[in-house]
Amino acid sequence: MGIQRRSWYTMQSDHRASRIPANLPEQSGEAAKAKLTMAVKARIGVLALQGDFREHIRALNSRGAEAFPVRTPADLRGIDGLVIPGGESTVIGKLMVEYGLDQPLRELIAAGMPTWGTCAGLILLSQETDNAMAGQPLLATMHIRTRRNAFGPQRASFEADLRIPALGEQPYHAVFIRGPAVESVGEGVEVLARLDDSDNPESGIIVAVREGNVLGTAFHPEVTNDPRFHDYFLAMAQPARV
Amino acid sequence: MDKQTATTTVKRSFPEMLKGGVIMDVVNAEQAKLAEEAGASAVMALERVPADIRAQGGVARMSDPELILGIKAAVTIPVMAKCRIGHFVEAEIIQALGVDCIDESEVLTPADEEFHVNKHLFDIPFVCGARNLGEALRRIGEGAAMIRSKGEAGTGNIVEAVRHLRTITDGIRRLTILPEEELMSEAKNLGAPYELVKEVRDLKRLPVVLFCAGGVATPADAALVMRLGSDGVFVGSGIFKSDEPLRRAKAIVKATTHFQDADILAEVSRGLGEPMRGLDVSKLPETELMAGRGW
Repeated sequence: MGIQRRSWYTMQSDHRASRIPANLPEQSGEAAKAKLTMAVKARIGVLALQGDFREHIRALNSRGAEAFPVRTPADLRGIDGLVIPGGESTVIGKLMVEYGLDQPLRELIAAGMPTWGTCAGLILLSQETDNAMAGQPLLATMHIRTRRNAFGPQRASFEADLRIPALGEQPYHAVFIRGPAVESVGEGVEVLARLDDSDNPESGIIVAVREGNVLGTAFHPEVTNDPRFHDYFLAMAQPARV
Repeated sequence: MDKQTATTTVKRSFPEMLKGGVIMDVVNAEQAKLAEEAGASAVMALERVPADIRAQGGVARMSDPELILGIKAAVTIPVMAKCRIGHFVEAEIIQALGVDCIDESEVLTPADEEFHVNKHLFDIPFVCGARNLGEALRRIGEGAAMIRSKGEAGTGNIVEAVRHLRTITDGIRRLTILPEEELMSEAKNLGAPYELVKEVRDLKRLPVVLFCAGGVATPADAALVMRLGSDGVFVGSGIFKSDEPLRRAKAIVKATTHFQDADILAEVSRGLGEPMRGLDVSKLPETELMAGRGW
């Protein structure tokens, strides 16, 4: 992943050269989080074709990023990271193709751009989905298979506390709205959270994953007030030394 | 692990995911598929579109469950259905069908001329129409998880939608500048719960999603109401009463996303064929207006 990120940052060095303070130390994990407020603001694009992009923009800005909506390829200039929000994956997928965003996004993600999909965004990032509708456009950058609307109609939507070791000890309160589930993960995909019904942390439906620079959650951190997931992503996306 | 369903957060978050999108009225599975293909964020299952209800008259009721289930089976996007104002049994039936959201709608003939459904009692979210802030807050007080400005359904005329949307957003703006001591009287004048009045003042918006309905017939109409502060668009008769429903539906979806980009709006508005014919709302007799239903 380190290598991928470096190539990504090299690609992006044009726009950033003037904004990066010299000799910024190498950052990782908690250290990166602590530095968020003092370092250069990460410019995070939020795919704003449909869905709750406004909530992501608000949450990212409140955590020290500079978030902006992405609707056309021209909006991708100078982007440090991308969030694909909740919404209808079929709608977002179609509009993405219609306005020529799918290919540039695939290339940027492959080059290491930190990217996070929530709910519909997770579906769009997955390599495979059960989607009944043929031709659902996918970015297909994560080696996972997702099932759309895995918990049933809205009546079965729910909120629940999750154990997410990557975010610390405290349970993470997650909201699932007609959410998807990750049915299987490929090599190199880290499982960040499961919806466990037992005390066995190895069982249960997978609801949060990370594969290198790509993060996916089946739930909506943007509709709750717990900032930990946005901080986690910003630590991935914080501009590092070129 | 403790899963909590049907909480206020869960109910109010559902419409959040529809924002920036178009919810389309459909009367059968075929139309529902076309709506999904065009990029609808959800479909509203009903027996007749408002323009036909208007033309044919008679009592307009909840759709046949058979029809709703057929539409549900045809698409993967969320499905909504309408019940009559105050008809909580129709609402219970719709919920039992596994529909995602209920529209307690003035487009159908009201079942109760005094009271709306107690929406807190349901597990799935409700959307309700409103013409002004007081009406919106009364519906939210009854448990609505989403508001749509009413407009005048089935007319293809945007004028009432604009009036209602502006009235709601003006009402919100007014609250934000009122001193705290004036809020109680304002709540009384609005006929709205005081706590919600205070919440709107602090949030500077409704505590739920606000869509626009009733009269959207063109991509420009959709962009107009988005510019006026709507979170998304309902299109009823505007699509399937036009010459080329699929093209028009796709264009309205794009216009709702790119509502601030006049170049894209110009592009998507080209050559769409005849829109629905439309009615002059000011020439309609009072008894034929739907927006006045709801209390």
